[in-house]
Amino acid sequence: MAMTKSANGTAQRRIRYSAAARRKGSRRQVNTLPLVSPSVIVLFLWMIVPLGMTIYFSLIRYNLQNPFLTGFAGIENYEYLLTDPALWTAMWNTLILVGSVLVITVVCGTLLAVLFDAEFYGRGIARLLVIAPFFVMPTVSALVWKNLLMHPINGVFSSLLRGIGLEPIDWFADAPLLSIIIIVSWQWIPFAFLILLTAIQSLDNEQKEAARMDGAGPVSMFFFIILPHLSRALSVVIMIEMIFLLTIFAEIFVTTAGGPGLATTNLPFLIYARALLDSDVGGASAGGIIAVVLANIVAIFLVRAVARNLDQ
Amino acid sequence: MTKQHQDKLMITGLAWFVAVVIFFPLFWMLLTGFKTETEAVTTPPSLFFAPTLENYEEVMRRADYFKFAWNSIFISGVATLVSLMLAVPAAYAMAFFPTKRTKSTLLWMLSTKMLPPVGVLMPIFLLFRDMGLQDTQIGLIIVYALMNLPIVVWMLYTFFKEVPREILEAGRMDGALPKDELYHLLVPLSLPGIASTALLSIILCWNEAFWSLFLTTSDATPLTAFIASFSSPQGLFWAKLSAASTMAIAPILVFGWMSQKQLVRGLTFGAVK
Repeated sequence: MAMTKSANGTAQRRIRYSAAARRKGSRRQVNTLPLVSPSVIVLFLWMIVPLGMTIYFSLIRYNLQNPFLTGFAGIENYEYLLTDPALWTAMWNTLILVGSVLVITVVCGTLLAVLFDAEFYGRGIARLLVIAPFFVMPTVSALVWKNLLMHPINGVFSSLLRGIGLEPIDWFADAPLLSIIIIVSWQWIPFAFLILLTAIQSLDNEQKEAARMDGAGPVSMFFFIILPHLSRALSVVIMIEMIFLLTIFAEIFVTTAGGPGLATTNLPFLIYARALLDSDVGGASAGGIIAVVLANIVAIFLVRAVARNLDQ
Repeated sequence: MTKQHQDKLMITGLAWFVAVVIFFPLFWMLLTGFKTETEAVTTPPSLFFAPTLENYEEVMRRADYFKFAWNSIFISGVATLVSLMLAVPAAYAMAFFPTKRTKSTLLWMLSTKMLPPVGVLMPIFLLFRDMGLQDTQIGLIIVYALMNLPIVVWMLYTFFKEVPREILEAGRMDGALPKDELYHLLVPLSLPGIASTALLSIILCWNEAFWSLFLTTSDATPLTAFIASFSSPQGLFWAKLSAASTMAIAPILVFGWMSQKQLVRGLTFGAVK
């Protein structure tokens, strides 16, 4: 019923549209250039000018502390960086961080969305509580977790562990990367939850009802009805999270400063350390280019996936 | 008690348990902000105590909270306005007069978001230094407006596409110019969409913590960077950290709570109807 109606509407629109187009043929040719170009031009400049400079810097010797160190370096900066074990550690950490947070947030977000799709008492309020972390700035969440919760002596977690007779964990010394993963996941679960809940709620109730009548249990319902329906929402969640997770910085900056050792140094933090702590502009720029290349490899796949969704 | 009722009670218990666990860090932060510094670090942590406002007074008096808050408000607001001004015409053109380049332009815009900020950290840092934009509000406004522009264009595009063409066409036949059509028809019609786009942009600016840490030192420092200054503390500071944090997130949290429904609509980029 609803479908016929909307199909009718589309057809009608198409007819009226072409009639209007014929009548006002000249008007249809609106020159979109002045409307679109400001955005395109500023974005292009914002992308190309710094990127060009980064490429240039990555090829010269440039140290803020040492003005006598000049000249063309060629691939020296890249060579130095690529043979530095720190780079590989940082890349590995980036991968682990992004991968685990993605898995945790998508799995928890989906389960939560299914849970909150059901009717229960006080759902509206509970939902507000769940989405709250999304609005919290990274520096606040990192510092609150590090001090109030994860502190080895006075933190809440230590008290809880001691309460049940276990040894408290010194989170940032014994499991630094895991601690960061926990904090970042906490920040991003609400996002996945919100998007996926909206997607689940848009699922046709009749379809669910029909499946239930055919004897589908909750488990098969989830895997055969709900999950397939979520694919587009999931691709949006993964894309947006990827953009933000690849560039995580503040959480590390205020908690571990990349340490102990290199345990929590991801690519952004390594570049920051090179640039502002070692004043090595050339080396940092080479690192920046490597980060850009990596991000682009990821982006190619993501953009493809989104483009597919656009077609539908 | 029926089976259905029992199920509902069980789900209620489970869902509320999860919700409370997720919200706990923020609840604990709020609570700690009202403790004295000594109470804040006692073990086992105290749940009942005589609340005090001294941390809030202290943070406002000594740390000049209002300066940072004003920077956050001003920078987020103006940056959002700038990106809207750039994005509305672009999204309008793309939604109603698509050409064969439109889709690739949209995807290209999104792909600029994939450029990691660290990749351009040094040039921006040096450019800002040489142009005197370091530690200025205008500097951060430029960066934030450009940073969010792709997302803003995308969201507006999604919302504009939902506006029935007939209305705009009727206006056009009455002789409305594209400019009138945009400002007198489309903008009022899609005001909820524009508002939720603006909201998301404000939230993203408010919580941005990469450029704010690098490009400001004191004058233009927003709340994100102000809170970061608590990472190298002296003495007892948990209660003050909590009070300052509560004040830093409260406005945007309330803002986000009030508008969650519209926000989600925009955030799905039209992938979820």
